[in-house]
Order: sequence, then structure tokens, then C-alpha cells
Amino acid sequence: MSTNGARHLDVAAIRKDFPIFETGIAYLDSANTSQRPRQVTGAMLDYFEHFNSNIHRAAYHIAEVATERYEDTREKVRNFINAASTKEIIYTRGTTEAINLVAYSWGRKNVKSGDLIVLTILDHHSNIVPWQILAAEKGATIEFVDIDERGELRQDQFRELLARSPKLVSFGQVSNALGTINPALEMVAAAKAAGATVLVDGAQGAPHQGVDVRALGCDFYAFSGHKMLGPTGAGILYGRRELLEAMDPFQSGGDMIKTVRIEGTTYHDLPWKFEAGTQAIGEVIGLGAAVDYLSGLGMDAVRAHEREITEYAYEALSDIEGLTLYGPTLARRAGVISFSLEGIHPHDLATIADRDQVCLRAGHHCAMPLMTRLGVAATARASFYVYTQKDEVDRLVGSIKEAQRIFK
Amino acid sequence: MSTTAADDQFYREYILDHYKNPRNFGRLENPDITHEEDNPLCGDVVGMDFRVKDGVIEDIRFHGRGCAISQASASLLTERLKGMPLDEAKKIDKNDVLGELGIEISPARIKCALLSLKVLKVGAYGLADDDDNEENR
Repeated sequence: MSTNGARHLDVAAIRKDFPIFETGIAYLDSANTSQRPRQVTGAMLDYFEHFNSNIHRAAYHIAEVATERYEDTREKVRNFINAASTKEIIYTRGTTEAINLVAYSWGRKNVKSGDLIVLTILDHHSNIVPWQILAAEKGATIEFVDIDERGELRQDQFRELLARSPKLVSFGQVSNALGTINPALEMVAAAKAAGATVLVDGAQGAPHQGVDVRALGCDFYAFSGHKMLGPTGAGILYGRRELLEAMDPFQSGGDMIKTVRIEGTTYHDLPWKFEAGTQAIGEVIGLGAAVDYLSGLGMDAVRAHEREITEYAYEALSDIEGLTLYGPTLARRAGVISFSLEGIHPHDLATIADRDQVCLRAGHHCAMPLMTRLGVAATARASFYVYTQKDEVDRLVGSIKEAQRIFK
Repeated sequence: MSTTAADDQFYREYILDHYKNPRNFGRLENPDITHEEDNPLCGDVVGMDFRVKDGVIEDIRFHGRGCAISQASASLLTERLKGMPLDEAKKIDKNDVLGELGIEISPARIKCALLSLKVLKVGAYGLADDDDNEENR
């Protein structure tokens, strides 16, 4: 077992923090959205019930508390991803909005006709569509880095594309559909050396692998709270300060301004320049509690637990006849297993699993270009997190066997 | 877990039979009408070829791939349509198709069940694709 001396997660104790498990479900869809512990919902409830008020503007006590808790999350996130300053931590609704913010505010100013944008075939639609819209508007070109037969990015092709001096390189730290852990450190270094601005989509990275944005060296890093034990509606864009300073606002209106006169407006300082309108205050506070929870477990221990579960599941599924596994070997795989069964459509498997209260994803996983590349319409996907236990994997195996019995 | 396949209340024997041994499966040469629809969310595809003579569906074939529900639904529908006057086929609706399937369809699977009806409506009758809302209900 490859725990590297990391603390072992006490999964039984962890599961007690998640009331949803009292329903008896086996939850194998954390790459889609994670479950949330009482600590997170409790922090949110505390805000809604005890100091609900708007931030940054009211002169009474509960609003000061709300503002403080809201801004506390920024420092927690800064520390979690090791950013240099809280000015570099922008609240968004999630990864999708974070990437759209960059495509809009940075892209419209910096991407010109004839420029090259490099993405990868592993990317989620949220790291494809905003760039397609930008490229169409600006007359820029998009190239996709392909995968090899193991579902790993072809680094030789990536280097060839870098030789064409792309304006932007944007890729996922971890593939949501195959679980491939990309060599982000090497890829960012190579892309920066080629003069590109680099965005790393950390939606599947931050919750499971963690990140040190300064060591990684990327210009932008985007992730979602709801995939890391936090609520929906709160996510993060990290951006290097000098880039954020030079960018125009994304949305505009209240709270993002310094002064508004009929003759014109001056914008607020970072990070508030990018936070127009009343924000998802309760959700941001919940995200802070999620960061606390994960930091308390320790990301080394989180990784070690996911490796153990993934190894267990990979072996259990490998033993099943008629089952095809997609994606990399265990060494380069995060807690995601995509597979298909001979003669059984993933949706039929998911329906049968659901009858056993096993929550399994079936579909294209918002990665249709990848599905096309693999030559499949859909796969079934099991994904794991800090609360996943082997018993849930066993129940999945039971559902698969039941499906095979029905469809034999 | 102790039930046999024949006892399954959702994957009934006739549904699995239509899935594994689809009726009227394949293509027609020079069809009078041909149309295909897909359900990108789950990757189901159903297409139908029609031969129409004197207002009657003389022959029909379907092709496609996808889950048991979408494919069995298409197979069942072609059986029903073969030899049917167009005017009568026009009256087939959502309830007929679901009734023919004879199982409880959850909201998550309704699009699978009705994909073949969409092919019939949009393709063969050139009706506007206005039943999306109905399917979503």
C-alpha cells in the first residue's frame, strides 16, 4: 500500500459527519458533486439563522460578522492553494464561471486573430466551450492535445503545439472522465517556457490532489467548492496578481466599483473588482468550512485513502468478465474509474445500480470530444472521495453482476 | 437478487427480447422517408426508414444503438407501424408508446423511451420538434 507515511483516514468517523449516508446509499459519484459534512451545512445555517445580512456595506454588527466570515474564506483558500495574496482569490459560482471569467476578461483583451489556443481532448466542456466562443469571435485557432492508448496526454504532440507559440494553454489537472492525473508541473513549465499564458482547470485536482499554485507556476487556476465537500454556487478563480490587475471586470454593477459618476466609473481593487452584485455569502462561508474540513484531514491522507480505494475498485472491476476499463494504469489515476459492460448500456447499469441504492454516473461526463475519441457514446463511471468505503465498491460489483444476470 | 430475469419488473422479458433481438432492424433501400434522432445526453441513436404506398406504411426498418429502453421502444413501435395507414400512425402519442412498453418509466429514462416516437413525429411527419417540453414533464 502506497500511503507514504500519510495519516490514515478514519473513514467510519468521517462518515458520521455526513448525514446523507444514514439513507443507506452507496455514493460513487463524487467527481460529479461531493457530499457535504455537517460542518459545512452547519456553518451555512449559522449564517442564515444568526447573522444573515449583506456584506461590505452595512454598519451594524451582524453585517460585520457576515463580512468577516465571507472574507475569512479567502484566506483559508489562499492558504489551501498557497497563493501569494488574498487579492488573487476571486469568488465565482464554480469552475465554469471562473473559466468564463478568464475567457471574457483576459481573452477578449489578449487573444487576437491568428492566435493559437491549446486545449486537450481530456477536457471538460467547461474548458472547451468558452474558448470556442472566444476563438470564433477573435479568429483564433484551437488545437487539442490527443491521448495515447492508456488515456494519457501525448506529451510529444503537446511539445509540437508549444513550438507554434500558443497564446494560451488550458488543461485539466485531472480528467473527470478517465481519472488521468496529468503531469501538470511539467506541462505548465513547458507552456510557460513557450511564452503561453496557462490556465489549469483544477475542478478534479483541488479536491483530491490539492495544489500549490506557486509551485505549479500557472497563471490561472479554477475550481469548484461543490466537488470538495462545499456547497454548490461557490467556486474559486486564482489568478496571478499582475494579470488580474490588467484585466477588465467580468460582470459589472454593485460592489465592484470604487466611485460611480455620470461621467464614468472607477473599479474596486482586487479581488472585489471581479465580484459584482450580492455574492453567494452563505455558500462562500460553507466553502471556508469545507477547506477547514479537508485541511483537518490533510491532503496527503486524502490522496492516500483515494489511492487505496481506487486500487481496490480497479482490481475488483478488472476481475469481472465482459467489463472494459478506460483510462490509465493505477500509477497515473485519480479516484475515478470509467468502464463499460459488453451488451449492457451504461444507463441500464445505472438504473439497476440505483435499485440497490448505488449512485453511479452514466453518460458522456461533459466530455463529448473524449467519448468520440474513445469511440463510445457513454461510459459508466464510479468516483471516490474521503468518505468512500470498500463496502460501497462491493455493492457496485453486486449491481454489475445483477445487471449481467438480467441481460445474459 | 434471487429473482430470475423473467421476474424483473422493469427489464421484463419482452423488453430484453426486443433489445437483444430487435424486430425490423436494419435499413431499407430507397426509402420514401428516412429520419434519425439522437439523445446526446446518453448517446442513444434511433433512425427509421419507411416505405409508404397508397397512404400505408408498407415496410419499415429501424437502426440505432443505445440502452435497452430506447431500442426496445423502437422495435415495439416498428411492429405496430408496419402495415398501418399514415393517418392512423399520426395519432400515436406518448401514452401509446409508454403503454406499449408497459413499465414504469422514471423521469430520468423518459427521453430514452420516447426517442423512437420523436423519430416518427419529426421525421415522417415533418412536425415541428415541439414535444421536448412534453417529454421533460
